[in-house]
Amino acid sequence: MQLTNRSKVVVKKEMSFVEKLYLPAIFSGLAITIKHLFRKKATLRYPEVTREFAPVYRGMHVLKRDEQGRENCTACGLCAVACPAEAITMDAAERNKGEENLYREEKYAAKYEINMLRCIYCGLCEEACPKDAIYLTDRIVHSEYTRGKFVFGKDVLVEKVDERIDISKRKKSYKID
Amino acid sequence: MSVLLFKVILIVLIFLISLGLAAYATYGERKVAAFLQDRIGPDRAGPFGLLQPIADGVKMFLKEEIIPTVSDKFLFILGPSLFMVTALMTSAVIPWGTPMEFGGVSYPLQVADINIGILYVLGVVSLGIYGIMLGGWSSNNKYALLGAIRASSQMISYELAMGMSVIAVLLMTDGSLSLNVIVEGQKGLNWNVFYQPVAALIFIITAFAECNRTPFDLPESESELIGGYHTEYSSMKLGLYLFAEYVNMFISSAVISSLFFGGYNFPGLEYLQTVLPTNLVSLISFGVFFGKILFFIFFFMWVRWTIPRFRYDQLMRLGWQVLMPLAIINVLITGAVITFFGN
Repeated sequence: MQLTNRSKVVVKKEMSFVEKLYLPAIFSGLAITIKHLFRKKATLRYPEVTREFAPVYRGMHVLKRDEQGRENCTACGLCAVACPAEAITMDAAERNKGEENLYREEKYAAKYEINMLRCIYCGLCEEACPKDAIYLTDRIVHSEYTRGKFVFGKDVLVEKVDERIDISKRKKSYKID
Repeated sequence: MSVLLFKVILIVLIFLISLGLAAYATYGERKVAAFLQDRIGPDRAGPFGLLQPIADGVKMFLKEEIIPTVSDKFLFILGPSLFMVTALMTSAVIPWGTPMEFGGVSYPLQVADINIGILYVLGVVSLGIYGIMLGGWSSNNKYALLGAIRASSQMISYELAMGMSVIAVLLMTDGSLSLNVIVEGQKGLNWNVFYQPVAALIFIITAFAECNRTPFDLPESESELIGGYHTEYSSMKLGLYLFAEYVNMFISSAVISSLFFGGYNFPGLEYLQTVLPTNLVSLISFGVFFGKILFFIFFFMWVRWTIPRFRYDQLMRLGWQVLMPLAIINVLITGAVITFFGN
């Protein structure tokens, strides 16, 4: 059965005189390589230019805040249960009086850690989250020198109030509020 | 200005140009390789990676110098030095441009206009094989020795065809071996390549073989011989070998363009000589010659990234059974045409 019309039947026949000269073949080869000289290059100058990510790209996590800058996470632990790599750990704490501007509900995560070396970036934590708190973003986890530094705490994961992380692309993809 | 002073300045200039061009040929090679493979190539050191050769040179100098204890120390050091010296020596007989004029005295842009110019080139080039041979043999390493043996047999096989192809050109220039006379006989577009296309083709192919460039890079074929004749070399001695290869490329491009592609001649040179001052024309002709050289260096690289390496028996068959007879037949036909029809 013929799948494509690019296949060539190999025949072991005597080469003709022109073929034996090899020069036409060499010149057509040279023509092919010189064409590549003017092609668009596949390389990206990486740190200066970054490749565009697909909308479904799953990179470093972010812990979202709501419009008033309060943390969404209530430390319910569903993400930790859903995590197949057991990368997520957290400690829950009760919200005190006067902290209403910091945490949206009465319970919050005092400690929230993701081990980025364990994480397989499957996105199940994001699916499990009932509070819109955790999302995977298109940011890349940068390299470190020690394993310990790959355990990201709240200081890295929670988005800054004045520096919101855009997750609109992922929200649209399959999460329906 | 005395002739001696002019010659010394010219020698130093050519020396610097050969070395500088060889350094930037390494950069050019990587860039051309990258561009032909849809990549960008080195671009981190300086703008467009232009400082890359300097970084490479510093790296070569700072690397650890290893001389194998079982090697012949004297010959081990002599090898790369000889290779480099012979590579640089060839540039002496190449006419770089039309003569310059200072205070009414004409100074030819050629270090030595000896009447056996092309013979000198062939002789020195074949001396260069001693550099590879000594280096490979004194390393006391079987891969290095294999590479050296391959290099020498390849050089010997291709030198014959090379010499034969040159003879066809010499027949046309009334038998003068001086490169100056050969270049002057190709005024305008009267280039030898149009009269002797077969000789030009043979000469270019053999020049590839003499420079150990792909498809004839069997002496250093890294996939089978590790590094070939320079397997045991490190630091700047390895650098000299790699560097001399590019100097060789530069010189053979110069010889190819002066033998077959008119040297510094270009259409309109005579007209310019009547309009512009002599020294300016001299510089322009040098620039044209340099452009031709650069094109051939690019051609060397272009072919390298197009054609895969020969098998050893194919290499020998091409040299002895194809190029040699072809070159001899070419000489016979040229001789017959000149005898019966005149020039």
